[in-house]
Amino acid sequence: MPTHVQESSKPRAAAVRDNRAKFLERAMSRHHYSGDALIEVLHTAQELYGYLTPELLKTIARKLKLPPSRVLGVATFYHFFSLEPKGEHSYIVCLGTACYVKGALGLLEVLERRCAMAGSTSPDGKVSVNSARCIGACGLAPAMIRDGEILGRMTPEKLNEDLDRIGVE
Amino acid sequence: MTIEELYETQSAELDRRKRLENRIYCCTAAGCISCGAESVKKAIADQIRSSGREGKLEVCGSGCLGLCSRGPLVYSERDNELYGEVAPEDAPALISSNPVDREQLRFKRADLEAPFFAKQHRIVLANSGRVDPENVTDYIAAGGYQALAKALTEMTPAEVIAEIRTSGLRGRGGAGYPTGLKWELVARQPTDTKYVVCNADEGDPGAFMDRSVLEGDPHRVLEGMAIAAYAVGAQQGFIYVRGEYGLAIQRLQSAIRQAEREHLLGNRILETGFQFRIDLRIGAGAFVCGEETALIASIEGKRGQPRQRPPYPPESGLWGKPTLINNVETFANVARIIERGGEWFASIGTEHSKGTKVFALAGRIQNTGLIEVEMGTPLREIIFDIGGGVPRGGKFKAVQTGGPSGGCIPEELLDTPVDYESLAAVGSIMGSGGMIVMDETSDMVDVARFFMEFCMDESCGKCIPCRAGTVQMHDILARLTRGEGTPADIDMLEQLSSLLKEASLCGLGQSAPNPVLTTLKYFRHEYEAKLKEPAGAGAGDSAAAAGGEER
Ligand SMILES: Cc1cc2nc3c(=O)[nH]c(=O)nc-3n(C[C@H](O)[C@H](O)[C@H](O)COP(=O)(O)O)c2cc1C
Ligand code: FES
Repeated sequence: MPTHVQESSKPRAAAVRDNRAKFLERAMSRHHYSGDALIEVLHTAQELYGYLTPELLKTIARKLKLPPSRVLGVATFYHFFSLEPKGEHSYIVCLGTACYVKGALGLLEVLERRCAMAGSTSPDGKVSVNSARCIGACGLAPAMIRDGEILGRMTPEKLNEDLDRIGVE
Repeated sequence: MTIEELYETQSAELDRRKRLENRIYCCTAAGCISCGAESVKKAIADQIRSSGREGKLEVCGSGCLGLCSRGPLVYSERDNELYGEVAPEDAPALISSNPVDREQLRFKRADLEAPFFAKQHRIVLANSGRVDPENVTDYIAAGGYQALAKALTEMTPAEVIAEIRTSGLRGRGGAGYPTGLKWELVARQPTDTKYVVCNADEGDPGAFMDRSVLEGDPHRVLEGMAIAAYAVGAQQGFIYVRGEYGLAIQRLQSAIRQAEREHLLGNRILETGFQFRIDLRIGAGAFVCGEETALIASIEGKRGQPRQRPPYPPESGLWGKPTLINNVETFANVARIIERGGEWFASIGTEHSKGTKVFALAGRIQNTGLIEVEMGTPLREIIFDIGGGVPRGGKFKAVQTGGPSGGCIPEELLDTPVDYESLAAVGSIMGSGGMIVMDETSDMVDVARFFMEFCMDESCGKCIPCRAGTVQMHDILARLTRGEGTPADIDMLEQLSSLLKEASLCGLGQSAPNPVLTTLKYFRHEYEAKLKEPAGAGAGDSAAAAGGEER
């Protein structure tokens, strides 16, 4: 999966000033700066910054004494890690089997029509659309996750209402 | 705590409960939470407080109560009633001591004598819905950690392994390898450092059994791992959980913390000399990491790519040390086997498949949810009696077991019993326990394409048969669903299938053709119909039209 890497717009000084760097440092020191903890550290970094910038990856590589290629290799291997900024709201449509046979594609269609294609963010930065392979809520299929919250037994109508509510055109 | 204190805690808690008038359990598994369980629980707690009967009534969270399609679910212990679709407004009636008030809720009662409940046999899920997963005392009250105490004080590691061998328990992660044998392999290694790993990566779409066990009864898994660690001689364990399972991660973290505080894990377990730590490792969204060698690579902080076996993990696993890897459900069976004996467990199930299996029912089925049945139960009984069949007069077409590595089983074969060998004989696998029911609206060629797309996306790219073969097979299937296929395409699918089976490095590629082969075998006419009519129905239209019909 080739991933397009963007330059971070965050000014360096601000990054140093803010606390996130400290939290990240603490996470790395908790793991004794061991390269084995790379995935945990990436999880923490993404939680703090929302996505993984090239600078972050470089910093992590240096601190954990890993080649940058290994860090980028791991960050791009796992679907969870994002190298691009995310939208204000995130919608993840489950395309697992149970949801698929119960009409998940209809939900994705609504999002793709009104917001953005799966795997991308709407031009106004409002909504990121993604798909997942089963979120373990199959009993409530079709299911999706909006900003970390599971929405079960969805219909295109309910989804449209939800999008109206957050002010999507 | 010491072993005496363990028993004292249990009896004190049971005494305390005797003084209660009622204890109300609100399902707080992911399914019910997403339909409002938290507000129901809060409404009941508020109601209890405002009625001033705090000493008499109690509300607690619980694991999955099973009937997910009717959530939010609430179980009332006093009258042994299960209520479905409970709303916050129902709180006053629920806690009322007047039976007349409670009668108002009769329409919400689920019939506990119905086949959905009566035909189940619960070992792994025995506590699910009956203990508060966030409270270790609840687990202790249900007899928790007594099997660990028994193993540590009354049994040698070899005796523990012998008991597991007698039980006939086989791995629940898919392949069904005999658990006792695996433990013995690890125990036999002469090294000091060994690891116990719990595979909680549950990646099969349509499967949520492990999730429910972790969310509903996390201590059972911890106890099973601790017993395994004692048996094989390990001091460090890892649980590798899917990153998508936020609630399970949270519950596990809190369970580990509580167990360590009570000396049920960590140093000096139950004040014996035994020590065992468990750490969590959070997955990052790669299906292939469920494969054991890929999982090991991932715990080591690398790309989750499988490697050639042998050496198998029991000889060389995490950081090259002997490593025992078992599935969540496998570990969840262990404490009960030690408690009640291997013979007891071996008396349940079939000749070669012992015990029970948890299945997640989903798709076009009336009662979606989590069930546990004795091995050997016929598929028909699971789908029609327990599952209630296809809703609203739809017609059953196929059931998919084993996820992307499994197959689609047609109506004619519904009398197949669920055990490892019988499912393999019809071209599917037991898999981890997902069961997805399809009715006549599902297009089987599209279903095969769907699974191939899954395997194509999830292939780690290390070996060529899987990396390139899944792409080729997907292209052909996509062409067929568009109605542009030729008979030569079907031949090619069959050839590629055997190539992937023979030549792929790991189970992902080796089993990726299963959905194609079973649909070709049982639904060949659907493939052929698409050849004749080039303008056939497009992919996925059936699925899109069907959204949200349920309730
Ligand atoms: C592609 C692939 C995915 C797998 N996913 C899982 C999984 O999600 N959970 C699991 O327990 N085992 C999974 N397995 C099986 C494991 O490799 C391993 O056999 C299992 O964890 C052993 O535990 P058991 O003996 O208790 O079944 C997977 C195997 C393959 C090839
Ligand atoms: S298939 Fe969608 S939650 Fe499992």
